[in-house]
Amino acid sequence: MKENYPLVIIGAGPAGLAAATVAADHGVEVALLDEQPAPGGQIFRGIEAAPDERADKLGPEYLRGEKLVSAFRNSSARYYPDTKVWSLSEQRDIGVIHQQQAHMISAEQVLIANGAFERPVPFPGWTLPGVMNAGAGQILFKGSGIVPADGVVLAGSGPLLLLLAWQYLRAGVRVKAVLDTISRGNYIKALPKLPSALLVHHHITQGLRYQQTLRLAGVELHNGIRDLQAHGAESLESISYRHKGSNHTLETDSLMIHFGIIPNIHLSQAAGCDHFWHKRQQCWRPELDEWGSSSVKGILIAGDGGGIGGARTAEHAGRIAAFRVLYNLGVMNQQEMHLEAKQDRKWMKADLRIRPFLEKLFRIPESMLRVPHDDTIVCRCEEVTAREIRAAIADGHSDSNQVKFYTRCGMGPCQGRQCSQAVAHIVADQTSIPLQQSTQFRIRPPLKPLTLGQLASLYPDETE
Amino acid sequence: MKTDVIIIGGGLMGSSTALQLAMRGMHCTIVEKESPGRHASGVNAGGLRQLNRNPAEIPLTVEAAKMWRNIESLVDSDCDARFPGQLRVAENSDDLDLLEQRAALLHSLGYRHEEMIGRKELYQLAPALAPHCVGALICREDGYARPFHALTAFRHKARSLGVEYRVNTIVDGIEREAGNWRITTRKGEFQAPVLVNCAGGWAGQIAASLGEPVPLKPAAPMLMVTERLPHFIEPVIGSASRKLSFKQMQNGTLLVGGAHLASLDFHKEKSEIKWPKLAVSARSIMALFPQLKDVRIVRVWAGIEAFMPDNLPVICKSSTAEDAYHAFGFSAHGFQLSPLIGRILAELIVDGTSNFPIEPFNITRF
Ligand SMILES: Cc1cc2nc3c(=O)[nH]c(=O)nc-3n(C[C@H](O)[C@H](O)[C@H](O)COP(=O)(O)OP(=O)(O)OC[C@H]3O[C@@H](n4cnc5c(N)ncnc54)[C@H](O)[C@@H]3O)c2cc1C
Ligand SMILES: Cc1cc2nc3c(=O)[nH]c(=O)nc-3n(C[C@H](O)[C@H](O)[C@H](O)COP(=O)(O)OP(=O)(O)OC[C@H]3O[C@@H](n4cnc5c(N)ncnc54)[C@H](O)[C@@H]3O)c2cc1C
Repeated sequence: MKENYPLVIIGAGPAGLAAATVAADHGVEVALLDEQPAPGGQIFRGIEAAPDERADKLGPEYLRGEKLVSAFRNSSARYYPDTKVWSLSEQRDIGVIHQQQAHMISAEQVLIANGAFERPVPFPGWTLPGVMNAGAGQILFKGSGIVPADGVVLAGSGPLLLLLAWQYLRAGVRVKAVLDTISRGNYIKALPKLPSALLVHHHITQGLRYQQTLRLAGVELHNGIRDLQAHGAESLESISYRHKGSNHTLETDSLMIHFGIIPNIHLSQAAGCDHFWHKRQQCWRPELDEWGSSSVKGILIAGDGGGIGGARTAEHAGRIAAFRVLYNLGVMNQQEMHLEAKQDRKWMKADLRIRPFLEKLFRIPESMLRVPHDDTIVCRCEEVTAREIRAAIADGHSDSNQVKFYTRCGMGPCQGRQCSQAVAHIVADQTSIPLQQSTQFRIRPPLKPLTLGQLASLYPDETE
Repeated sequence: MKTDVIIIGGGLMGSSTALQLAMRGMHCTIVEKESPGRHASGVNAGGLRQLNRNPAEIPLTVEAAKMWRNIESLVDSDCDARFPGQLRVAENSDDLDLLEQRAALLHSLGYRHEEMIGRKELYQLAPALAPHCVGALICREDGYARPFHALTAFRHKARSLGVEYRVNTIVDGIEREAGNWRITTRKGEFQAPVLVNCAGGWAGQIAASLGEPVPLKPAAPMLMVTERLPHFIEPVIGSASRKLSFKQMQNGTLLVGGAHLASLDFHKEKSEIKWPKLAVSARSIMALFPQLKDVRIVRVWAGIEAFMPDNLPVICKSSTAEDAYHAFGFSAHGFQLSPLIGRILAELIVDGTSNFPIEPFNITRF
């Protein structure tokens, strides 16, 4: 690994792969870093490994992924798999761990293409063994064929939930129930957005069709469920929920949950980029211009890390950002940049038409986000409950960071990834300061585990 | 709004001062631009250290240590304070000479709280230490507390005695008018006969507006904390020749400091970690505790603190303005002193003089 590159891209999903290929094809020396062992990102994870079986599951989307990866492989871009980025500064110093060794490299331009993660929504019992994120469940299934042995309940909201239920069904897993938080209200609000959504025959709308398939197969499928709880002494034994005014209980030792996905903003926060609360997507996003440039010079963001837009949009956004980088590096002039980006812009605009519909339909009830049950653990690392957080707020600690200082909520190894959203919602609820005006946890590196020994190996010539 | 005393800054110095004044029956208003403990007082290393203080600070640090032992009687909380001692380890004979000189100096001043210990006792106190160390200077009464909890306890106690905190309120104007201070903020005006400057890293601006500029330099010392480990070391470990302060906290995490500075954009209040310096800290740990090689660092941060050129604070009545007082410039070791600083200021304000030798901390020394 060199010490300096004109362009470093973080993340080898659709956004990073597309950007790296464009930049490399224009003669720019680019390093693409990704913590996974192979290119593809979240959606095309391991796409090179099991092509036939995967092709069947992903259909036409698979072809896109395969094309992306092979174009990237054929380019001159340098690819560093198994490489974690643990810090990113405003000056574009990038801390990485590659083959267990820590390095500090720098770049003239940095493109963050680090994707999204599943929105953590704390509810009673969510930390019990047996409760798992649908994304993780899907990776186990796709990667190693591991499925819940004694049936499964799926709960939450979003296309992935239905997709996974359908995949389990096809694999012969007993799907005991699919409990969706989508309410009638969501449907009514989403309806006006449907026509423009249908203009794109989007693979995601496919998800809605899964509902039909599941119903036909006799799977219990309830919409508008509330007050989801997981119960068990040592591990999950049963779940309960409210539906149409009455309480229900189901025995299960496996619960897959999913509440949509939100951008991974730790890197952009660490670099000091400005962020804002996006009401429709119920998450923070970096402030970006039409090229993906952030508020920090030389740092661009593309793909789901810049706001949820899906895999295709990520790919277009990656290319658009790459054209901007080429301009910033003096490889292209302004006119060329605009011209090159034109087609991607058009496709991206079309692809994004489905979003308003999805956002309205799969909107998570605010009542769940503000963690109504006091006993719910909000911070898994430090085991802080909603009660302790509310007590801290009542005690005058009126923003997220004060709550963090006081309760240690968010101070564990996950760096607040799991609890920052919930804390922000609770604070907003208790103080009546809208989320848009609230502060987020200040982000502290390292963003990925770095050992004392690895840190000690850096800058060997530096002395006291 | 009218009050007896306006205190600028809701950190530990401001809160401790307000508490002591309230205990003497005065009504105080603290004006804090962000939230109490947002800066140095909330994010420091919590070290309660008498060890290796500048001789000028010794009378103060010794009294402050007594107050910490009894902190619950002052603020109704033990602030999670522990007193397992602090050590400065010697790794060779040069180190040993340095520490012996220090012990001799202290003894010549009539103090006994720092003493030399030999190799044997060192390894009894800190068996986890690498085997090459030869001795140490120890202050057995030293320890640490949890800073944000301490700050919160001070704030609670102060509020229970009638102290008012005006948070998210920046002082942007100070005027003296007919025997009264008039403080302007975007959230209204405050008036009081007495003004106290406890503005930490920003105290230089307040001093300047009182007509007595000081060579205060705001800087941001860095700290790092690791994952939790089973308890393996009791005392706080420093070194004779390395910039290092190392302790295992109540919850098992290791807190590592060393007075290395982050780069700071003071205007934006943004600090950026200087990894080369933290790498040096990490190497110091590797030298003293090689078994910690695979321990994961969980968080690294820096906090803004006021540094004076001589690393001594300013604690005095203003030399230019009537009824104005200063307590700032603690140069990264004010946490331990904080309970006493409030008392000293309260004495100055109420009695006109303090029982403690504070001449070395006069603002006129610059
Ligand atoms: C759990 C989950 C399941 C999903 N399932 C589906 C689905 O079934 N169908 C669908 O259409 N869409 C799905 N999506 C959405 C889809 O994955 C994204 O829209 C798409 O992958 C976005 O592409 P991207 O390039 O922005 O990011 P990603 O594809 O997510 O790629 C980001 C890459 O960055 C890497 N990375 C992140 N942080 C670091 C770091 N600090 N250091 C090094 N590398 C880093 C990651 O390893 C990853 O490879 C899912 C998303 C998630 C989170
Ligand atoms: C990383 C670090 C580690 C440390 N470790 C130790 C240690 O182990 N042991 C030890 O004894 N000491 C330690 N210290 C030093 C100790 O934290 C400080 O000396 C002490 O907290 C100073 O308290 P303060 O109230 O003066 O400052 P602060 O806590 O900074 O309070 C000053 C307050 O004034 C407010 N303010 C400033 N300007 C204005 C304005 N115009 N209007 C309104 N409000 C204003 C600020 O917002 C701030 O909250 C450390 C410091 C740091 C940064």
